[in-house]
Amino acid sequence: MTAAAVPTAPAAVPTGLARGRGGGGPASKRIVVAYGFWIFILSDMVMFSAMFAAYAVLYGNTAGGPTGAELFNIRNVFIETLSLLFSSYTCGLGALSAERRDPTRFLIFAALTFLLGTAFLVIEVTEFSGMVEKGAGPTRSAFLSAFFTLVGTHGVHVASGLIALVYLVAQVVVKGLHPAILRRLLCWSLFWHALDIVWVGVFTLVYLLRA
Amino acid sequence: MLGKLTWEAIPFGEPLPILSGAVVGLTILAVLAIVTVKGWWPYLWREWLTSVDHKRIGVMYVCLGLVMLLRGFSDAIMMRTQQAIAIGPSQGYLPPEHFDQVFSAHGTIMIFFVAMPLVIGLMNFVVPLQLGIRDVAFPVLNSVSLWLTATGALLINMSLVIGNFARTGWWAYPPLSELAFSPDVGVDYYLWSLQISGIGTLLTGINFVTTILKMRAPGMNYFRMPIFCWTALASSLLIVAAFPVLTATFVMLLLDRYLGMHFFTNDAGGSQMMYVNLFWAWGHPEVYILILPAFGIYSEVVATFSGKALFSYRSMVWATLGICVLSFMVWLHHFFTMGAGANVNAFFGIMSSIIAVPTGVKVFNWLFTMFRGRIVFTTPMLFAVGFIVTFVIGGLTGVLLAVPPVDFVLHNSAFLVAHFHNVIIGGVIFGALAGIHYWFPKAFGFTLDERLGHASFWCWLVGFYLAFTPLYVLGLMGMTRRLQHIADPSWRPLLLVAEAGAIVILCGILCQIAQIYVSIRTRERRLDLTGDPWDGRTLEWSTTSPPPAYNFAVLPRVETIDAFWHMKRTGQPAQQRAYEAIEMPRNSPAGFITAFFAVVMGFALIWHIWWMAILGFLAAIAVVLVAGWSVEREQEISAAEIVQMERAR
Amino acid sequence: MNSHEHVFDDRTPGVEEHEPTASYLSYTAGLALAILATAASFIVSQTNLLWPPGIPVGLIVLAFAQIGVHLVFFLHLGSGPDSTNNILALAFGVLIVFLVITGSVWIIANLNTNMMAMPMQ
Repeated sequence: MTAAAVPTAPAAVPTGLARGRGGGGPASKRIVVAYGFWIFILSDMVMFSAMFAAYAVLYGNTAGGPTGAELFNIRNVFIETLSLLFSSYTCGLGALSAERRDPTRFLIFAALTFLLGTAFLVIEVTEFSGMVEKGAGPTRSAFLSAFFTLVGTHGVHVASGLIALVYLVAQVVVKGLHPAILRRLLCWSLFWHALDIVWVGVFTLVYLLRA
Repeated sequence: MLGKLTWEAIPFGEPLPILSGAVVGLTILAVLAIVTVKGWWPYLWREWLTSVDHKRIGVMYVCLGLVMLLRGFSDAIMMRTQQAIAIGPSQGYLPPEHFDQVFSAHGTIMIFFVAMPLVIGLMNFVVPLQLGIRDVAFPVLNSVSLWLTATGALLINMSLVIGNFARTGWWAYPPLSELAFSPDVGVDYYLWSLQISGIGTLLTGINFVTTILKMRAPGMNYFRMPIFCWTALASSLLIVAAFPVLTATFVMLLLDRYLGMHFFTNDAGGSQMMYVNLFWAWGHPEVYILILPAFGIYSEVVATFSGKALFSYRSMVWATLGICVLSFMVWLHHFFTMGAGANVNAFFGIMSSIIAVPTGVKVFNWLFTMFRGRIVFTTPMLFAVGFIVTFVIGGLTGVLLAVPPVDFVLHNSAFLVAHFHNVIIGGVIFGALAGIHYWFPKAFGFTLDERLGHASFWCWLVGFYLAFTPLYVLGLMGMTRRLQHIADPSWRPLLLVAEAGAIVILCGILCQIAQIYVSIRTRERRLDLTGDPWDGRTLEWSTTSPPPAYNFAVLPRVETIDAFWHMKRTGQPAQQRAYEAIEMPRNSPAGFITAFFAVVMGFALIWHIWWMAILGFLAAIAVVLVAGWSVEREQEISAAEIVQMERAR
Repeated sequence: MNSHEHVFDDRTPGVEEHEPTASYLSYTAGLALAILATAASFIVSQTNLLWPPGIPVGLIVLAFAQIGVHLVFFLHLGSGPDSTNNILALAFGVLIVFLVITGSVWIIANLNTNMMAMPMQ
C-alpha cells in the first residue's frame, strides 16, 4: 500500500502529505467524487467481464445458425470504432475547455462528442436490425444471445451516456460551470473514456477475433 | 391491462400464506395507524425517511435486518417442523410445491435481507465515527442504497400473498429457473428483488471504498485505522468486485425469461453450467463480504473487553487483505461435483484450503489478545467467545469439504447445510448481535439489559448446536438437503433434536425481543452519560451517546492507532480549537421516492404489466434527474450553534 | 480544517494538470497513437501481414496498447505517488476481470470436455 510514503512517527508532521492518505484529513470533494466514480467504472468493467466470459464460452454455440464470420461487416465496425475514438478525443478537449471555464468551446466539443456518439449508435442499431431481419436475432442461438447482450449492453451504456450528456449540457447552459457541475462533467468524461476502452475489447475479441 | 395479474394470484385456498400474510398485513396497518394517530409522520419523514445521516441509515438497515430475521426464521422453523414430522408414512403439513418455496425464500431472505443489511448497517453506523469524520463520501447515495434494499425485501414479501416465490432454491439454477420449467412469477420475484437491491448494495460498496480510502481524520494513515475499518474496506472492495457479476448473471437469466434468449436454456446451445460458474463467482466472495466485517467486530469487541490492544494489528490487516484477494480464487468448490475434472478441482481445492490460513492467523490473534487480559464477560464478549469456538468448528468442516473426494460424498448433503449454518450463524449472526450490543449505547444513549442479553446468547449457542450437530451426523449418514419427506425412520431421533434446537433458537430470539422492550422501558437505569460505556479504544467512543449530527465538532487529530485510548491515557482532552462552521448534507427524499417507484417497476415487470413498468422506470429516472439538478446540497451549521451543542454535552 | 502544512491532493483520474498546449498535445498524441493501433488491429486481422497463427496474440497485444493509450493520454493515469490509489484500484479491477474471464473459460472448457457437452456447431 502507500504506507511507505507516509510516516508513522507521531510527533513529526512532515510537509507535503497528500490528503486522503492520512495527512491533512478528508480529501477535497472533487477528488472524492472522481475516485468514487472511478470505483464505479471498475465495477462496471467487472460486469462487462462477466458478459465477455459468457461470450467467450458461448461463441461457438451457434445451434446450426449463422456464425460471426457470416454476419459481421468489418468495414462498419471500423467506422464505428473511429467514431467512438474521435468522440473520446472531442470529449477530452471538451473537458479541457470546461476546466478552463470556457463554456462556448465546451459546448462545441460536447456537441461534436454527441454527434460522433450518435453516429456510433446509428451504425450499431442498423447492424442489429439487419441481423434480426436475417433471422439472426438474439433468440436464434446462444452465440447470438451472448453477442447481442454484450454488444447491446455496451450500446445501452453509450445511449445512456448521450442522454446524460444532454442533461449535463442543459445544466451548464442554465447554471454555468459551477464546481458541482464541473465534477459531474469530470465523471461523465471518465465514463465516456471507459466506454471506449470496453469497445476496444469488444471489437478486438468479438469482431476481429472471430474464428 | 394488468398483465398476468389476476385474482387467482392471491392464494385464498392456502391457509398458511393467507394467515401469515394477514398477520403481517394487519401488523403493518396497525403500525401505520398508530403513527398517523400520534402525528409522528412529519418527524419520521424529516428525521428518518429522508435522512442521509449515516447513523440513521445504519440504524434503519439493522432494523430491516432484524425484522427480516423473523421472516427468515419462521421459514426455518417451518422446515424443521416438516422434517421432524414427515418421516416414513407421514407426509407432514407442507406439500412439496410450498416446501420448495419455503427453502428458497429462507436462503434468499437470510443472505440478502438479514445478513447483508445487518453487516452493512453496522458498517454504516460505525465507520465514519471510527475514521473521525462526519459522514460517508456520498450520503444521498447511501440513502438510495438503503431504500433500494428495502424495495427488494418488500418485493420478496409480496410474493407470499400475491403469486408465489421461486421453487428453485436460493441459487435459481437453470434449466429449472428457465421459463420452460418455471413459467410462473416465482423466479421473476427472485430476480427483480435481487437485481434492485443489488444496485443498492453495489452503491454501498463504492461509497465505503471511497470513504475509507479518501476520507479519514487528519493524521490517520492506513496503519492507524481501526481494524473494523480495514475489514469494512475489504468487504466493500469485494462488493464492488463481485456484485457486478451477479448483476450480469441475472441480466442473462432475465433475458432468457423475458426475451427468449438462450444463455442457459436446454436448447439452442445454452450452457447451464455457465450459470452455476458465474453465480458462484459472485457467491463465494459474497460469504466473505458477510464474514469480514464480523471479524472486524470481533477484533474490536475482544480488544475492548480484554482491556488490551489487539494482538498483532499488522498481521490482522495482512490477513484481511489476503482473505479479500483469495476469496476470488476459490469459487469452484461450490460445484466440485459438476465435472470439471481432477486438475480444476485440485487447483480450487488447494486454494480453498489455503484461504483457511489467514483466518487461522486471526483466530490466534484474538486468543493472544485475550491472553493475560482483564476480561469482562459482557454480552458482546460472550458472543465473541462463542464465535471463536463455533466458527473454528465450522471452518474445519469447511476445510474438510474443500477436499474434492470428500466433497463428492458430502456435496449438498445435510453435512454441508450444517457447515454453512455453522459459519454463518457462528460467524455472521453472532458478530452482528455482538456489534449491535456493543454499539447500541452509542446509537441510543443507553445500554441494553445484560441479563436478557446473556439469556439470548445462551439460547442461540445451545440452540445452534442442538439444531445443527444432528445435521452433520445425518449428512454423513446420507441425508441430502432440501428434503420435504424423510424415507428413513432411523433418522427421526436426530431430526427431533434438530427441531428442539430450532425451538431453543426461537427462545433466543424471543429473549432479544424482550430485551429490546425491557431495555427501553428501564433505560433510565442504564444511561450512557459519558459516551464511553465500555472504556473503548477507538474514536467513536469520544463522542456523546448519541453523537450530534456532525459527529465531531472539530475533526480529531490522530497520532496513533487506538486513537481514543491514547487520548485518554495521555490526558488529552477534546481539542480546544476554535469552532468553525460545518457544512453538512441536507436531507433528501430522493432515496425513498426512487425506491417507491422501483417497487412499482419491479412489481410490474414481475407481472408483465408493461405500461406500469415503463412508467415506474421513467418516474425513478425522473427522480434521479430532479435530484441531480441541484448544485447546493449542503446546509451550514454555524459556529455559534456548534458552541451551544458542545456546551450541552 | 488544515493548518500550515503544505498539502497536495491526490490526482483524480481524468484530470490534466499541465499547461494548455501540453494538454491539447497530450490528447492529440493519444488520438494519433490510438488510430495507429486501431488501424493496425484491423489490418492484422483482415490481411496476412502477420503470421496467421500469431494473429490472436497480435490482436490482444494491440488491444492492450490501445487501452494503455486511453489510460495514459485520456485518463491521465500516471505513475507518481499521487496516482497510487487510482493505479491500485485499476490493478484490483484488472485482477478481477482476469480471474472472471480466464477462470470461466478454463472451467467451462474442462466441463464441456468432461461432461461431453454438444460439440460446437
